[in-house]
Amino acid sequence: MATYAFVLLAVLAVASALAMVLNKNTVNSALFLVLNLMSVAGLYLLLHAQFLAIIQILVYAGAIMVLFLFVIMLLNVDEEESLFDKFRAIYLVAFLLGVVVFGQIVYSLGGVTDLLPEISADMAYVGTVEAVGEVLYTTYLMPFEMTAILLTAAVVGALMIAQYKVKTSDQEE
Amino acid sequence: MIEFLENITPSTTMALVIHAMIPLGLILVYALFAIWMERKVAAHVQDRLGPMRVGWHGWAQTIADMLKLLQKEDIIPTDASRFLFRFAPFLIFVASYAAFAVIPFSSGYIGSSINIGVFYLLAITSLLTLSVIMAAWASNNKWSLLGGMRSAAQMVSYEVPTIMSVLSVIVVAGSLNLMTVTEMQSGNEILGFLPNWLIFQNPFLLVAFVIFFVSILAESHRVPFDLPESESELVAGYQTEYSGMRWGIFMLAEYADMLLLSLLGVVLFFGGWNSPFGTFMDGPVWGFFWFMLKGMLLVFVMMWIRWTLPRYRVDQLMRICWNILIPASFVNFVLIALWEMIF
Repeated sequence: MATYAFVLLAVLAVASALAMVLNKNTVNSALFLVLNLMSVAGLYLLLHAQFLAIIQILVYAGAIMVLFLFVIMLLNVDEEESLFDKFRAIYLVAFLLGVVVFGQIVYSLGGVTDLLPEISADMAYVGTVEAVGEVLYTTYLMPFEMTAILLTAAVVGALMIAQYKVKTSDQEE
Repeated sequence: MIEFLENITPSTTMALVIHAMIPLGLILVYALFAIWMERKVAAHVQDRLGPMRVGWHGWAQTIADMLKLLQKEDIIPTDASRFLFRFAPFLIFVASYAAFAVIPFSSGYIGSSINIGVFYLLAITSLLTLSVIMAAWASNNKWSLLGGMRSAAQMVSYEVPTIMSVLSVIVVAGSLNLMTVTEMQSGNEILGFLPNWLIFQNPFLLVAFVIFFVSILAESHRVPFDLPESESELVAGYQTEYSGMRWGIFMLAEYADMLLLSLLGVVLFFGGWNSPFGTFMDGPVWGFFWFMLKGMLLVFVMMWIRWTLPRYRVDQLMRICWNILIPASFVNFVLIALWEMIF
């Protein structure tokens, strides 16, 4: 059962990733990315990483992709030029890098014998909310607080930029 | 419930399918009567009678309307993105239906008793935003797109106070599993007679409930926050180009969403399936009755508000969320945590 689900989700993830890159319409690409993120979340669930799966849906598929779609629709970035209009040296470099990464993936896949690992109770516990919370507030308290300060700074910065524009437009009137 | 189904059906798979379909049957029956109730509430608020001709006091009016919708032509605009246009109504229903999996309908039935229940519910309902944008964009209509944009902005903004008020309940309850949250609210011990519902346990949870209720009104696009489909400005918002049964599914999803959020409110604040009279009228079947009764009361309040209050403007809507609800919910969260530490 789990193996069938894995194959289905894996095929879906790869196919949607390919469709996202190959699709010419930006909005369709973004929606394929959502499908990809959802199927990866399903893979996390198969590995008993509940927290990670839910966060993947909540943050990436729910919030960030809505933001992406907003930006795409507001900026209207439909007129894209084809990648192959003219040849540039950088494409060759990118292609070679891609081949290297692909080779690494194939090489690391060589040792795999089974599709899904056996998940013990201890391993499943690491993925629960309790375990993640405990580790965040004890071992990694310092990085956690630093991240919080960083995010607050980012929010204040975003507010500053938004407020600045409002004030200048008032003066122009 | 699942053991019982396995005993009466020939295979486990069949039992699982039936187990998963129970909320669907419930939603369909509920939608039938909720739409009728909405029209009756509207009519009586406006001193009219409402539907009277089909059945006793018009109770079968929704069935007649459904038959009418089924016969209508399924129109797809010429320049629409055909697949997305067809797909969006189903995704929107799937997103709200999937969330019913973690709602404990009675002590004997919960779709899936996972440890991160309420968290899952919040995550899966965030897909609603996405499906609204999908419907709006695929229609290739400026009213649809504007309505979809408004709806997305509204849902993303009001998700913050909803999550914060849910989180403050979770702090008190100490579990993300909605079944556990319900079980800890059984008994009548507050002031000797009040049930142990979370809303009575902590004065700041009352504030949390007010914030929660205002946010779910906005999340399910009810008046006074129904800007995405305000007909005087946007025709019908993201539903403008939809006709026939596809539009009907949008309607169904909207009512399912209302029920879902009301039931979530009942679990978090009003004791879920617990009877208000202690052990009187207790048990799985009565539990289901109490749960649906409390849920329908909240749904009724939502309808009542719809026919009482005028609609807010877009900027007012955003100001209410970002200037009032979000700061209030954060302060309230800290106060609830302090109260829990002291008492």
